[in-house]
Amino acid sequence: MSGPMVAARALTKRFGAFVAVDGVDFEIEPGEAFGFLGPNGAGKTSTMRMIGCVSPRTAGELHVLGLDPAHDGPDIRARLGVVPQEDNLDTELTVWDNLMIYGRYFDLPRAEIRERAAELLEFVNLSDRRDSRVDPLSGGMKRRLTIARSLLNRPELLLLDEPTTGLDPQARHLLWDRLYQLKRSGVTLVLTTHYMDEAEQLCDRLVIMDNARIVAEGSPRRLIADNVTREVVEVRLPIEADLDFEAARLKRFGDRIEPLADRVLLYTDDGDATAAAIMSEGFEAGSVLVRRASLEDVFLILTGRSLED
Amino acid sequence: MTATLRILPFLSWRRRPWRLVERNVLAYRRIWYIFLSGFAEPLLFLLSIGVGVGKLVGDLHVGGHLVEYRTFVAPGLLAIAAMNGSLLDTTFNFFVKMKYSHTYDGVLASPLTPRDVAVGEITWALLRGAAYSAAFLLTMLAFGDLRSWWSLLALPGAVLIGFGFAGVGLAATTFMRSFVDFDYVNMAMIPLFLFSATFFPLARYPAGLQAVIRFTPLYQGVVLERSFVIGDLHWTLLANAAYLVAMGVIGLRIASRRIGLLLQP
Amino acid sequence: MSTPPVLRIVEREALVFARLWRGIAFSTFVAPALFLGAIGVGLGGLVKAHTGAVDGLTYLDFVAPGLLVASAMQLAASESLWPVLGGVKWMRQFHGVVATPISPGQLYGGFVLWTALRSMLGAAAFLLVAALLGAVPSAWGVLAIPAAGLCSAAFCALLAAYSIKLDSDLSFPMIMRLGVLPLFLFSGTFFPVSQLPSGLRPLALFSPLWHGVELARDATTGTFDVAPVLAHIAVLVACIAVGASFGVRRFSRRLSP
Repeated sequence: MSGPMVAARALTKRFGAFVAVDGVDFEIEPGEAFGFLGPNGAGKTSTMRMIGCVSPRTAGELHVLGLDPAHDGPDIRARLGVVPQEDNLDTELTVWDNLMIYGRYFDLPRAEIRERAAELLEFVNLSDRRDSRVDPLSGGMKRRLTIARSLLNRPELLLLDEPTTGLDPQARHLLWDRLYQLKRSGVTLVLTTHYMDEAEQLCDRLVIMDNARIVAEGSPRRLIADNVTREVVEVRLPIEADLDFEAARLKRFGDRIEPLADRVLLYTDDGDATAAAIMSEGFEAGSVLVRRASLEDVFLILTGRSLED
Repeated sequence: MTATLRILPFLSWRRRPWRLVERNVLAYRRIWYIFLSGFAEPLLFLLSIGVGVGKLVGDLHVGGHLVEYRTFVAPGLLAIAAMNGSLLDTTFNFFVKMKYSHTYDGVLASPLTPRDVAVGEITWALLRGAAYSAAFLLTMLAFGDLRSWWSLLALPGAVLIGFGFAGVGLAATTFMRSFVDFDYVNMAMIPLFLFSATFFPLARYPAGLQAVIRFTPLYQGVVLERSFVIGDLHWTLLANAAYLVAMGVIGLRIASRRIGLLLQP
Repeated sequence: MSTPPVLRIVEREALVFARLWRGIAFSTFVAPALFLGAIGVGLGGLVKAHTGAVDGLTYLDFVAPGLLVASAMQLAASESLWPVLGGVKWMRQFHGVVATPISPGQLYGGFVLWTALRSMLGAAAFLLVAALLGAVPSAWGVLAIPAAGLCSAAFCALLAAYSIKLDSDLSFPMIMRLGVLPLFLFSGTFFPVSQLPSGLRPLALFSPLWHGVELARDATTGTFDVAPVLAHIAVLVACIAVGASFGVRRFSRRLSP
């Protein structure tokens, strides 16, 4: 396929009077890992569901694998893999039967499903649980099984909606590792997340969504370079401090400052020099921290809010 | 005093289990219509089987009295309703609260003990059952099916049936792993429902089966209720009552211990 | 050759069925036999002693087709309430299905088809037991199996279309107690509809179960007129059609909003 995997123009989704997605444009190229980053309620899942052809668009244009979801939903879905935000495994069946029957939904021959399911269970480290029921599996195992399930039909495009939300750090890293491998094998990944570290780790390119719109687009590095200074100095304030007063006092040290509930962020290209200057003003050394700028800062600067809100 | 309390936990003066009853009353207050619909069930059975089928069956000899089939079957239906209601509350509803709603995790973080939970749930099941039974008995009265003053004992009788099955139901539920295991509840209830001399007299069963039925739990309740309503009393009824008491007490003991093991491991 | 999507849904249900065989074997084979033994034979003995024939049939012959179709209805009702809400809300496996090439309407169709097939399996088992007890005088009796399937599909089509839209199961006990149970008890299953008070008798016409029971009884006794048989079939097919017209739309709206 020569064109983009997914192309959206002025894509809109309304539920009654509520606007979930408000005229977004984006293109996803073959082989890339593309992310939708934004807080809960930004419109990421609605966008994903339109791409997955389980939610008709209200207005605008959308092409997935060169086809129009409004007409070719089943044909497109046959070539997609979907890992939904909430697990929807068949709890009445075993791990193995979940894979068998899901393959049948794609009308794959049984012999082929058996072969593929065995490979995939190996890939997600669940071979020893093949005859287990789904209920007793841990959250991380269920997520891995869902990923195995989504790969049965050798999808050209894999949609992952908040793939690691609710998982412990170890399970997250195991999952990321599997997603890297998929990416290397040439699968196009599309994922939503509200974790900036996940977006930085996995995505070649991403859009930042807020209030149903796309507010920025680019590679993680590009987004940071374009919107934020290289480094950030965080000044933690004592509980009794007057935030506005302290912010006014700190203003002259950075190119830009963001007062938060318990601390003030100063954006600067030379963190160490700025930190030294601040400390010479009488701020305690223990409360001043220098770090590299992240996507979190991009989001904060673009929307005025933090991602985790 | 403690012995009485073991037998009749719903009369307990101890107040903690009543907190759980209060909790259930609160939960049901918003779905009162479901509570009310419970009154309809035995009534519909009485109209269909007692009145409808009764017309086809005619009169029966019971303990030396000739009675209409409706009069014969009504106490059986009362006993069935007492069993069903009590088992529904202590198996399915209890399981959902324990495994899915995690209702008791919060309860046991308070001063309430596992035993309070068991006693409280049984008390609730019995109160609910008593309300349904009382309404059913009033209907029987209106039909003229209460043939004796001993019928006054039919209400405590129904509560006793409820107690017996509540104990066993609660204990059994603590052993269940998933909803699939509720098949066993059905496998037990349907034969009891059909083969406890509920719909026709014991004498009509094959002799071998009769001997088995005499030892089944619902049969004890059917005998009690039918004897009270028709006024045909024997000393052997004490044995029937003792059977139900034993079921309830043993069940309750097992349940208290198992709930402790499950929720406070 | 590709498998039609509706049949792929049937396949999933059959797989679950095979895994849960223990409880299902009981409810499909043992419970009906127990009902037939207790009500048909036990209670039937009392009826025989008092009334003799019921509508020209022994009580066992009368009640067997009634119980056969009534259990098909009960199965369809319970399968179309909790499991449907579970599929869309609690376990959410329906969402997994519609992410594949299968559409919500096909999921609905497969679900109804499976419920009908499963009821027919139960009906076949029931019929076998009834025949062993001598309750199936005619070879036409085999047609009681599709009659049960049709009745089951009618209930499933209507109730699944209802359940898919819900967010809680609060109304389900009401439906079972105030809808399904009265139908079970008063649709000519246990005693002839002619015994109902005259004011209530016409209500039987509105009971899909009554139409199913009449069809099955016509089959097991082998005595029937063509016109009423066609009328009963037409009513049940109409129920399925009404259910499907709502069901396909409502499944789509709920699963791909």
